[in-house]
Amino acid sequence: MAVCIAVIAKENYPLYIRSVPTQNELKFHYTVHTSLDVVEEKISAVGKSLGDQRELYLGLLYPTEDYKVYGYVTNSKVKFVIVVDSSNTSLRDNEIRSMFRKLHNSFTDVMCNPFHNPGDTIQSKAFDGIVSGMMVQTASYT
Amino acid sequence: MENKPIVTCAGDQGLFTSLYTSLAQQLPREPMEWRRTYGRAPKMIHLEANFVQFKEELLPKEGNKALLTFPFLHIYWTDCCDTEVYKGTVKEDMMRWQNSLRAHGSADWVIIVVETNDTKKKNKTNILPRSSIVDKIRSDFCNKQNDRCVVLSDPLKDSSRSQESWNSLLLKLRTLLLMSFTKNLGRFEDDMRTLREKRTQPGWSFCEYFMVQEELAFVFEMLQQFEDALVQYDELDALFTQYVLNFGAGDTANWLGSFCAPVCSWNGLLLRRPIDMEKRDGIQRGEASLLDLRSYLFSRQCTLLIFLLRPWEVTQRALELLHNCVQELRLLEVSVLEGALDCWVFLSCLEVLHRIEGCCDQAQLAANCSHTVGLWAYATDKLKSLGELCGLVSEKRPTSEDLNRTVDLLAGLGDERPETVNSLQSPYKKLKEALSSVEAFERHYLELSHAAMEMYRAIGRLRSARLVGKSLAEFYMKKGDPERAETFLQEALKSYVSEGWSLPVTHTRKQIAECQKLLGRTEDYLQTSALLAGDVNLTTEERKHFCQEILTFADKSEDQSHKVTLSMGVFSQLTRLQFRPATASVHSGAVLQVELTLRCLMPVAVHIQQLAASIHFDLERGGTNGRSKGNQRQTNPGTVEFHQGNSSAGPPSSSAAGPPLELDEIQDRSPSDNSLNSTGVVCKNTHLVMRLHDNISLPDTPNCVSPPAVTIQEGAQMLKVQDVTLEPGNNSILFTAPSGQPGTYTLRQLYATVGQVQFVLPHIYPSVQYEVYSQEPQLTVEPLSEPLLAGLPQMVKFTLLTGHYAVKKGDALQLSNTDTMPILPSTSSNWMLTYSNLVGESALFIQSSEKVTSISLPATPPYHTVEFLLEVLCIIPSGSDRPANESPAGVCPQMSIDCPWSIYSTLLALTFYIPFKTKHSLLSAGNRKYIQVCVQNMSDVNFTLAEVKLAEKQHASLELQSLNTKTQQLLCSKHSVFCLWEVRWKDDLPSCLQCVFSANFSPLKQDVSAFKPFHYQFQLERVTTLYSVRAEISPPAGEQHCRSGFLCGLEVCITRLTEPAEGEMAEDSKTDTDGLKTTKLMYEVADSSSNWAVCGKSSGMVLMPMVADATHKVQIEVMPLFAGHLPFPKIKVLKYLPHTAAVAIQPDPDSCVENDSLSLLDKALDDQGDTASIRSRGSVHSVGSGDQQQKGVAMPRLEPFSPGQVFNHSHTQQVLVLPATDDHILEVNAT
Repeated sequence: MAVCIAVIAKENYPLYIRSVPTQNELKFHYTVHTSLDVVEEKISAVGKSLGDQRELYLGLLYPTEDYKVYGYVTNSKVKFVIVVDSSNTSLRDNEIRSMFRKLHNSFTDVMCNPFHNPGDTIQSKAFDGIVSGMMVQTASYT
Repeated sequence: MENKPIVTCAGDQGLFTSLYTSLAQQLPREPMEWRRTYGRAPKMIHLEANFVQFKEELLPKEGNKALLTFPFLHIYWTDCCDTEVYKGTVKEDMMRWQNSLRAHGSADWVIIVVETNDTKKKNKTNILPRSSIVDKIRSDFCNKQNDRCVVLSDPLKDSSRSQESWNSLLLKLRTLLLMSFTKNLGRFEDDMRTLREKRTQPGWSFCEYFMVQEELAFVFEMLQQFEDALVQYDELDALFTQYVLNFGAGDTANWLGSFCAPVCSWNGLLLRRPIDMEKRDGIQRGEASLLDLRSYLFSRQCTLLIFLLRPWEVTQRALELLHNCVQELRLLEVSVLEGALDCWVFLSCLEVLHRIEGCCDQAQLAANCSHTVGLWAYATDKLKSLGELCGLVSEKRPTSEDLNRTVDLLAGLGDERPETVNSLQSPYKKLKEALSSVEAFERHYLELSHAAMEMYRAIGRLRSARLVGKSLAEFYMKKGDPERAETFLQEALKSYVSEGWSLPVTHTRKQIAECQKLLGRTEDYLQTSALLAGDVNLTTEERKHFCQEILTFADKSEDQSHKVTLSMGVFSQLTRLQFRPATASVHSGAVLQVELTLRCLMPVAVHIQQLAASIHFDLERGGTNGRSKGNQRQTNPGTVEFHQGNSSAGPPSSSAAGPPLELDEIQDRSPSDNSLNSTGVVCKNTHLVMRLHDNISLPDTPNCVSPPAVTIQEGAQMLKVQDVTLEPGNNSILFTAPSGQPGTYTLRQLYATVGQVQFVLPHIYPSVQYEVYSQEPQLTVEPLSEPLLAGLPQMVKFTLLTGHYAVKKGDALQLSNTDTMPILPSTSSNWMLTYSNLVGESALFIQSSEKVTSISLPATPPYHTVEFLLEVLCIIPSGSDRPANESPAGVCPQMSIDCPWSIYSTLLALTFYIPFKTKHSLLSAGNRKYIQVCVQNMSDVNFTLAEVKLAEKQHASLELQSLNTKTQQLLCSKHSVFCLWEVRWKDDLPSCLQCVFSANFSPLKQDVSAFKPFHYQFQLERVTTLYSVRAEISPPAGEQHCRSGFLCGLEVCITRLTEPAEGEMAEDSKTDTDGLKTTKLMYEVADSSSNWAVCGKSSGMVLMPMVADATHKVQIEVMPLFAGHLPFPKIKVLKYLPHTAAVAIQPDPDSCVENDSLSLLDKALDDQGDTASIRSRGSVHSVGSGDQQQKGVAMPRLEPFSPGQVFNHSHTQQVLVLPATDDHILEVNAT
């Protein structure tokens, strides 16, 4: 469903980033990096009003001509960003949400691994599998 | 738009005209609640109306769905009050009117009858039927609908009645209007829905439907219900979008064909008109293109949103629309001229922005940058791609092909719309101008870029701003202006580096490299190249290319003076440093090797002319021995691991957050006694750490944007290796460290020289040190086994640490001999030469002369150890020779050693412990004398004692008869052996005996030859027994035994046994008047165990004649306190010495000291002690007390006899004491 999935640490460096058309990898890196602007904006805006009762899902961060960028922030300020092709209109908000939830669960599993050093890039096969699953579905949909 | 609901007026036009103004004014004055169908929320609504004259044509024909022109209400005006007139003309007219209305199915009508006083006055006669006209009308037309006829009274008068009737009229009109709306709109909506449901049928046209629903929207807009109007457009929007999506999914609708026509006009949105009739007509005709439809739809939405005061939603929707349109065109596979869409988007963006600017003030715009910035950035983006397309972004002029393309694009724009012809800054003009020339394009592009960047910055979206900046930099690069490009690139790079985004870092860095190369910044370029050469994100070819760039520069030999210094981190990483030996501490001159592990990041093998590490040398300081170890990792001694963050990839770890702290321990010692005053930790690179906080650049990491200025500190000493080839990956390089001078060597910097290029690691951290020490030769002598025992041969270990001194052949240790500790020549001694492990061993050569023992040393190189053993014997000094102050347990004979490396002698002191402790005592039995010697073994060794002898030195006549039966005796550790001799003499026992005790001893289980002699000298004085004391206890008279509680008699009999000796005469006797020599004795009965109560005097003085067998008896009464066998009370006899100077007091010859001054009575019997007794007693005890003597009061003294001089016969004798009576109760407590 997604063309690019990224996990970004609290300090804004990428913990994990993968995109489907590999030749466009650089562009996605730029896109995801820039999207952090909006993520920060949304976090600070939400943080003021609702405190800790905030929604993790940040919704559409910003659309570009070709892609839609969605954001999600865990309570520990780890950011998930999913980039979806704009032409892929079959995706509803709910599906994006469930993708984020899945991603979050898998990420939590990675963090629970005692051999994982928090702050290191994610190298987990299980996580990779989940991400691949979300990306593979894209191929079948479009 | 001046559209208002149409209300037709029939009847008396003159009347209506007179009332029109007030009617039109008052109708919208008060709101009405409009209840809606389908559960829609009711709304308050201000009604307005457009009153027109009734015409048949106005009534909608069958099938005409137009709502805008639909008359919602029909009014018939009349002021007729004359029945005749009514019947004659008005009724007929009304009928006609009614009929035509009915013919068109319109039921929304009302008849207004205006009554004025004027009319009443005119027809005074017909006052009565006044009401009847209304009644008539009602009965004629309004059957069951009485409310369809309204009376308006005196409308032009300003009276309350008139006002009232106006109000009721207006209310009626409003109600009727709303009813009409509800009814007609409801019908319309139903029709519309029906039409929509037919959309799957062939022949259904979206455009037709669009017009229908838009009609509804128009009506809502007319009614000022913009929200509802917007909903209509949004529904249309969604419907259309769905069709396009369905098309994408393969479900094609026929009507969509018209939208798939190639786009031939891309003149952007037009938001300045409320309704773009041009486009609307196009849609109505079914000739509109997709862009036309979308543009029109959006312009309507925009208008409504602005009416709703939601301009920021416009911008948001605009961005969505533009993105969406581009996608839809793509999806529908509409053929579009390349760049046409860019034009359309660019124009649309600007148009939206203009529209928004037109309805907001500057402050509002500034505060809502976040809403508009997306459009700015999008426009910038599009303009850039247009510029690239049209060849405007290059150093050259556009080619003819580019120009053709430009002309085509401009053609699609058509003419400028009349609305903006006169404005100077219209989007149309901007685009045309921008595409007209390279310069104009640049101006417009820069303007847009900067605007976008500033807005991004203003709202804190720095990353987005940098991305725009980067895009600007790319533009500059294409324009051949690398100088301006660099700042933007550097800024972007800094942000990517600080947040650890490796791919953008690599990409941006590559751009910077290009930029720097163009600018001719060799050093920076090489630095960047080095970073790129080691960047794993690049392909091997690219990395090799950048590596080659460095090597090519390095090989240029034209300019020797121009050397480029680069940071080591980009080239290779120091990962490990290993010392051999691992202690990192060697003596001067020794070999110390340092192995560096360098991880080379280059993709190819690099030949390095010289690899060097500079060394900081510190003269050796006291107390630094432990420090080098403290700096190293404890786990692996001698190895320092350097941990570094990855060069460009990966997260910015803590190390990348700043240069690591270089900490060093300092100790402040007092200059006088070297004691520690204070200790602490200092940071040696404070300047670097502190600088970090000032600006956020990361000076010491390889990631940094601009390489730090690397200063080379030329040290005097270097670790150097020439001509090394570093292969990619880990390389191990071995250095031999200088170790000439003693001191601490700290490795500071590392340099790698490749031709003209030098890579420098400015700080080696954690700091690495090694120590070189120098040591004086040292000789230590220690016992092989503790403790050393005197009298026995003992082994002593000599250890010689040669230090920096090389022992030559022929060097010898000269030991001065002492009598008390001879060195025993031993054949078994060997020397051992060791240096960390055993090197050699051979026989020790000892040469002894009278004074000196010389020990030849083997030739030994420096920093070796020579060990050998010597056997020495310490002779036990016999008792009397022993100096009084020396501890009896040990002897410390001193020996001096002359060493070949020093002009001074070394004094050697060993402590030998005497294994035995001897005590002697004299025992008496009457006149017979015995000497007992006790030998106690103090050591831990068991000994055999043999040939125990006692000899008297002065008196040959004296015979000492041994009472010891064994010739050899075992003397265990910590045990004693007692030996006894009886003294026999012939005529006279000398008062003083000089005795020597001697014995041979050897450690247990050794042969006879090992026996060593042991002597003990002592002296016994006043051996002779002078007095014998005999005590007898006699029971009370008539009793056979003593009884407790009854007084008994104690008779003490003191007998002189010998004639006075010469010394005794002079010493303590005096001549009596009758020439008889007497001596004074003091006796004392003391019972320490409280068995006895002494009654009366317990002590007294006797005057003893100094002749043999002189006897003195003393009777004392004592009382036994207990029954049983009681030991006799102790009887002490002491010498009583009157003060020599005393002449005053003559003691009573009767021998009894009455004043009790000397009585040392049993405490129980010592009744009231007066002051005199206390004073005198004090004087007895404190002999020679200053106070007393100064006063000149002579006091007598008491002196005990020597042990053998008084023999007590009744010592330890016991007497049986019976209990006083038999009726004692014995209490037995059994527990």
